[in-house]
Amino acid sequence: MAQKYSLNVNGKVHSVDADPDMPLLYALRGDLGLNNPHFGCGVDQCGACTVHLDGRPIRSCTTPISTVRDAKVVTLAGLGSPSSPHPLQTAWVEEQVSQCGYCTNGWIMTAAAFLRDKKKPTEAEIKNALAGLKCRCGTHMAILRAVKRAAAMMG
Amino acid sequence: MTKIEKSAAFSRRSILKTGGAFVVSIGSPIGLDTLLGINAALAQGAKPPLVPGELSSYIAINADGSVSAFFGKMDMGQGLHVAVGQMVAEELDVPFGRVTVIMCDTASSVNQGGASGSTGIQTGGRQLRVAAAEARRVLVEMAAEKIGVSADQLTVTDGVVHSKSDPAKKASYADLIGGRYFNVPLEWNKQIGNQLYAPGKAKPKPPSEYKIVGQSINREDIALKVFCRQDFVTDISVPNMVHGRTIRPPVAGAVPVKVDESSIADIPGAKVVWEKAFLGVVADKEWDAIKAAHKLKIEWSNAAPPFPENASALYDHIRKAPVRMRKVEKENGNLDEAFRTATRVVEAEYEWPFQSHASMGPGCALVEVKDGQATLWSGSQKTHYARDGVAAMLGMPPEKVRGIWVSGPGAYGRSDAGDAAMDAAVLAKAVGRPVRVQYMRDEGTGWDPKGPASIHRARAAIDAAGNVVAYEFASKAFSRLDVFSNESKPHDSLAGQLMGVPLKSGDAFNVPSETYEFANKRTLWETIPPLLDRASPLRTAHLRDPVGPQIHFASESFMDELAAALRIDPVELRLRHLKDPRDIAVVKAAAEKSGWVSRPSPRRDQTGDSVTGRGIAYAQRNGTRVAIVAEVDVDRRSGKIWARKFTVAHDCGQIINPGGLKLTIEGNIVQGTSRTMWEEVQFDRKNVTSIDWLTYPILDITEAPETIDVVAINRPELAPTGAGEASMRPVAAAIGNAIFDATGVRIRRVPFSPDRVKQALS
Repeated sequence: MAQKYSLNVNGKVHSVDADPDMPLLYALRGDLGLNNPHFGCGVDQCGACTVHLDGRPIRSCTTPISTVRDAKVVTLAGLGSPSSPHPLQTAWVEEQVSQCGYCTNGWIMTAAAFLRDKKKPTEAEIKNALAGLKCRCGTHMAILRAVKRAAAMMG
Repeated sequence: MTKIEKSAAFSRRSILKTGGAFVVSIGSPIGLDTLLGINAALAQGAKPPLVPGELSSYIAINADGSVSAFFGKMDMGQGLHVAVGQMVAEELDVPFGRVTVIMCDTASSVNQGGASGSTGIQTGGRQLRVAAAEARRVLVEMAAEKIGVSADQLTVTDGVVHSKSDPAKKASYADLIGGRYFNVPLEWNKQIGNQLYAPGKAKPKPPSEYKIVGQSINREDIALKVFCRQDFVTDISVPNMVHGRTIRPPVAGAVPVKVDESSIADIPGAKVVWEKAFLGVVADKEWDAIKAAHKLKIEWSNAAPPFPENASALYDHIRKAPVRMRKVEKENGNLDEAFRTATRVVEAEYEWPFQSHASMGPGCALVEVKDGQATLWSGSQKTHYARDGVAAMLGMPPEKVRGIWVSGPGAYGRSDAGDAAMDAAVLAKAVGRPVRVQYMRDEGTGWDPKGPASIHRARAAIDAAGNVVAYEFASKAFSRLDVFSNESKPHDSLAGQLMGVPLKSGDAFNVPSETYEFANKRTLWETIPPLLDRASPLRTAHLRDPVGPQIHFASESFMDELAAALRIDPVELRLRHLKDPRDIAVVKAAAEKSGWVSRPSPRRDQTGDSVTGRGIAYAQRNGTRVAIVAEVDVDRRSGKIWARKFTVAHDCGQIINPGGLKLTIEGNIVQGTSRTMWEEVQFDRKNVTSIDWLTYPILDITEAPETIDVVAINRPELAPTGAGEASMRPVAAAIGNAIFDATGVRIRRVPFSPDRVKQALS
């Protein structure tokens, strides 16, 4: 049965009525009207739905809303803005990474947490941190260039 | 999600362009204040009809002097709209930033064929180029009259027509026509789609005068994507909308015989839509629709399992299957005689599996039927044709249906996006509310139309002097067109077939696209019937570079086998038989840039478990030429291949945007490597079992190449040809040839998964 949940998303608190097992993704998209993250697989395999939960990248497509509790949710839209971009957003534009762009959440949100914790990573470390994320258009080369560029910007 | 309050809203474009197209007929100005008013303008008859033979169908000068270019093709992620904007800005002599390319809305563009065969620039851009040139010509003539200087004494700088000798004598485009429509006929060739061509009297500029074409201008939409300011088709919603999900059978070909609606009675608003073999559910909330689709109790008919035992058994099926159509595409000399008298014959057979689009997100579409009109929002590649298909499905005339393209979650041909549009139409008609359909991942991979599986046989005759005197290449395969790519007919959709319209599988394959000259040569293809004649998860359709990767994997692997049999260098063999100078140039450029050292393959100087090799492959595609050198690392113990470096020489004639071209080629190489290394649709007798990213793996970022070097050969004097697919087709052969060079072992079946490589090497 539907219950009331309070969600802290990008610094704002929202109230959502939902089944306890409804994945967070559907609250963010359907109830809060955010056009990110995206549904890619629903089975934790691609990353298109990635958001930060208290700074940790998680897959919102398999995270039941009832488990979120008072954790702070940050989506790609909350990571930065055109006037105050996250270095990865800047790097993504400068390297012209995206083709269809549907996978962007996974790469940027995962890389943002990784670069926050790991300064001056090697290429191998970057690749390992991003392993498992999917990009079907094959923009892997540009993704790696952008993450390296952002890493340099973040010192 | 963006809530669209008015079904005619252009959510994306209103971000891209706030100026709007304030355009009305010359001489009959009617005040229209937003781009949303295009429909109103049509209704008032103020605009010339939206037909291919009118300049206003392509170009409008807005009141502020900005330019709207209406384009009947769309960008699939390679920045096509930027390139086309450059071509338009160049011809009009306006700054690039002043042009907005408005893509694939049936209310504002004519049918230029949508995304199709990498023709975005080749035919789509060509049309916008001549339209823009004609617009400039007309504007200069208007200025001549207005300022009293003859047209040949005028030039244009940044959208201002002025006298060459006295720049003070001038008139801006905005002054001349801003906010009003061109009313200028073009010489339309009476074709629609890719073949549409409608030039005016003006000749486009000579390339020597280009200032904007040839520059690496960035895409503006990447910022919109990373700051979440742009909707994907999956983000569109309209008032009163419900979410739909379709339900596919556990055995391909089975149909529902009993559906227990009470099994979902506890899900708020959930409804079943069951028409013939079509089964779907809708609910107000997306999660409820998903739950209802899972929970609905269904009894399915007892269908005979339609497929071979597994993906490996498929090739025997193809070998034994009856030939439905045989076509010899090219033949010269007397092949049979040459083989009879040959000193030596080299032959080989290659195999390529079914492959899935497996787009990043499963197919999605939204259909609204309201007040005798319908609107389709779709990310598919054929907005105009899809509009016709949805109209047919709804039983409405096409002119009552508007198709709006919104960027989707990846598109590489006729994907599940085309089926989603038809499913949304069926559901919307049944429930009387707007329906948004997005498939689940198992449908996105399991039930999308597939690239066809194939076998390819090649043989060559060698005479006593070691010359190749005859060559034959024959493919036997599933047709590439069980469902046609253009989406205009219900029989080309799952929904149509489920509702009883018989499948009309067309016969189409292809032959290698190369210019090797042999005294005796024959290339041909044969198609076989589909495994299941209706609503099949293994139905075929166009997948990026349709049948190019499989054919050129075989043909370019075979050229390498021939070189090895003759003990000559693989580049040397190709150069001996190629006569076309542009083909020769790409082969030489790739070899030179990669530091190719002439020697036969395989190399014999390596011991141990880690070995490396290099391989070359070349192909043409609709005028574009590509040669690729792949360098691979092979771990003999694990069978793991790392395609470490690619050198790509690419000649697509005139280059419009070098930066965009480079990124497009990179995407092709990586996706091509993925298809080569991992991709194979698995199935059992009952159904496709590749239903997610574990059962349909693609290339991981940890396996990405270290380097992709691109040598882009620019030929400004030649018309531009496509780059969206050409560089994908030689990838598999280049990798396979490199594996052979490293190991001496030839792998003739894709994908080169570690297990298969290990087995081949043992």
